[in-house]
Amino acid sequence: MATCWSKMNKSSSILKRSSLLGQSIPWQPIKMGAPLSARASSWWSGVEMGPPDPILGVSEAFKKDTNPLKMNLGVGAYRDDQGKPFVLPSVREAERIIAQKGLNKEYAPIGGEPEFGRLSANLAFGQGNEIVSSGRNVSVQTISGTGALRVGATYLAKWFPGNKTVYLPRPSWGNHTPIFKQSGMNVDGYRYYDPTTCGFDFNGAMEDISRIPEKSVIMLHACAHNPTGVDPKDEQWKEMSQLVKKRNLFAFFDMAYQGFASGDVDRDAFAVRQFLEDGHNICLSQSYAKNMGLYGERVGAFTVVCKDKEEAARVNSQIKILIRPMYSNPPVNGSRIVSEILTNTALNKQWLEDVKGMADRIITMRQELKDGLANEGSSKNWEHIVDQIGMFCFTGMTPEQVEKITTEFSVYMTKDGRISVAGISSSNVGYLAKAMHAVTK
Amino acid sequence: MSEFAVVEAAPPIEVFQLSRDCQADTHPQKINLGVGAYRTPEGKPWILPVVKKAEAQLAKDIDAETINHEYLPVLGLDSFASAATSMVLGKDSPALKEERAFGVQSLSGTGALRNGAEFLFRQLKRTVFYFSDPTWGNHGLIFKNAGFTDARKYRYWNKDTCGFNFEGMIEDLQNAPEGAVIILHACAHNPTGVDPSQEQWGKIADVMQEKKLFPFFDCAYQGFASGDLDQDAWAVRFFVERGFEMFCSQSFSKNFGLYNERAGNLTVVVKDKSLIENMKSQITLIVRAMYSNPPAHGGRIVDLVLKDEQLFKEWCECIKVMSSRIIEMRQGLRERLEKLNTPGQWNHITEQIGMFSFTGLTPEMCQFLLKEKHVYLLKNGRISMCGVTPSNLDYLA
Repeated sequence: MATCWSKMNKSSSILKRSSLLGQSIPWQPIKMGAPLSARASSWWSGVEMGPPDPILGVSEAFKKDTNPLKMNLGVGAYRDDQGKPFVLPSVREAERIIAQKGLNKEYAPIGGEPEFGRLSANLAFGQGNEIVSSGRNVSVQTISGTGALRVGATYLAKWFPGNKTVYLPRPSWGNHTPIFKQSGMNVDGYRYYDPTTCGFDFNGAMEDISRIPEKSVIMLHACAHNPTGVDPKDEQWKEMSQLVKKRNLFAFFDMAYQGFASGDVDRDAFAVRQFLEDGHNICLSQSYAKNMGLYGERVGAFTVVCKDKEEAARVNSQIKILIRPMYSNPPVNGSRIVSEILTNTALNKQWLEDVKGMADRIITMRQELKDGLANEGSSKNWEHIVDQIGMFCFTGMTPEQVEKITTEFSVYMTKDGRISVAGISSSNVGYLAKAMHAVTK
Repeated sequence: MSEFAVVEAAPPIEVFQLSRDCQADTHPQKINLGVGAYRTPEGKPWILPVVKKAEAQLAKDIDAETINHEYLPVLGLDSFASAATSMVLGKDSPALKEERAFGVQSLSGTGALRNGAEFLFRQLKRTVFYFSDPTWGNHGLIFKNAGFTDARKYRYWNKDTCGFNFEGMIEDLQNAPEGAVIILHACAHNPTGVDPSQEQWGKIADVMQEKKLFPFFDCAYQGFASGDLDQDAWAVRFFVERGFEMFCSQSFSKNFGLYNERAGNLTVVVKDKSLIENMKSQITLIVRAMYSNPPAHGGRIVDLVLKDEQLFKEWCECIKVMSSRIIEMRQGLRERLEKLNTPGQWNHITEQIGMFSFTGLTPEMCQFLLKEKHVYLLKNGRISMCGVTPSNLDYLA
């Protein structure tokens, strides 16, 4: 029986906290000294210090560390085997092609170029899918995945006719909660991660989902669950789909890693496509930050699958009304790159190779880390490192162990024991194995 | 039965519908005076030469791996934000010297207004805001969506004089409740093109100080209005001198022609610099839940140009080109109207400033122009001077 080692039980309370990462954690206001008259007459005296971002905090501490062996396993951005940021060759080529075109800088439509929306929907749903060909999807360009989630949450807060509560997996990406809350939705959860196995708590999830009030919104990570890296198996997805249908829940998929998880864009879209096949009219947020390495260009898409074209037209008009007072219309530099890649056969092929390359490197590092731990003589079960998928790995380390690995080995990660596998390279995986073994043995 | 059967069709947004209608129109002499984007004398969009240079440099930098596509900080590129803040406040601003001003890179002017409005609502619990009558159509929507519940107007346009209703504005501000947020147009008022004089700004500041009203400047046309960055920022800098705490949203869409790259900045001026860290941390939470961090490309272009002496000079020449073309067209239109003995006064065409002109035409007249003459303008009589070219001036008049 594959079990995660016993110390994991302690971390369930940490997991609760980690799912709160996005919420405002009560914080002592730091009132610094200042001339009384100036403070009394300022509007801002009552503004309290907001909680520091746990992930950014890791990066900042890492920067200050002078240990040459230090490792930053905090932020989720891909790094190559030299530990450097990676601009995809397909992206670079697309940029050169676009530069030749001499395109203007006129305002994009509120929802971005329709072609971009269509290409994104086709990427997610599969070429030739019935939804796009019958025109019953609304697909708008958004400010990356965050923007797509925010547009979606705002749309649901205003127009969803059911229970305005979104159920997130426990744990979920820390930013989901504030996005939905600030949009006016309530947030609740369903069991997802099993700390005893460092795997998927299928029974717990099914139990909790069956108790979610009808006509609520359920958030599902399409692939490469963030932060755990734990995904349901195909058969489990099928059962979940049936249950979600039975409970009459509205499925909101967050797909931030299509292609980046397994290396295969179609494989990674399995869950989304299964739900569509089963008749769910889902909504979907997509990000091109990771799979095209376009992080800072902020390219994403939000899709609502509607009953028919007529409904899509109405929904589209309302979504535009929500976008205009947010940012009017989206930035095109990144979306032009995406469109170029997805329409140019040679570039598209190159891109699929680029993304597979990234996914393969991560899969390799997982294997090497597991092997490394075995070589160090660890008696713990580290199977979950290779069972989990995508950028992140929930190691199962406790906060105390995390503290120790940071202070003694200068290995930086978030307190919940999450590491970004992208931050591991062939030159430092041995060191990481040594450090992890040292603090967990 | 779909979840979304209840969703009503939303009314189309006028200015974009106008563009669509104009596009579809096949009349050879059609003129689009709707959307506010600069056009060359040939009626074409203009990519500023200095922007092309900046982009070429950025492409080289990517090749050289000195920049990449990584995430920007939540509050944006620090270099860009400080350059933008300095540009509007003036590098000798007391606020800068005393380190009590900072910038937040935002999604153009809209995004900066939204960031500021969200902060005022969430952190200061403000619910009342004022906008000019008339104003840019999106002002009210931005603030309402940010949480403000009480939208009020201050009088601004005097349709009898085709000028500024100064007394009306002062009276309305006198009656505003303490703490109300007042949206002020820094220059080149949209849609009227009518700006207060310096003396009038002085009186406006007096009232706002007395009534403890919060100034939120919308500065979308710095440099684009008069051709002079300092002149166009005068009102903002005046308020800083007067000791106000304030926000100023800045757009680089028009003055850099970067419409679709969404380059903007929210400048924040406070009295007590020790509060800045707290404020930044709260704005960070707002941004994180909306879009996480801003798009890099537009910000990098502006940053490059503002920081480089040569490129900055070239940019100043570009904005002179754009602003003077518009001023020329205003003169041309007024001359022709007066020559044709068109009924009414037309001095407001040249007295107004910036991209837009409130012609004073009634909705019926606008309909006529649209249907019979294929001249596309908003039904409130607003025309975009950018749509006027030497070749269509006669037809238009």
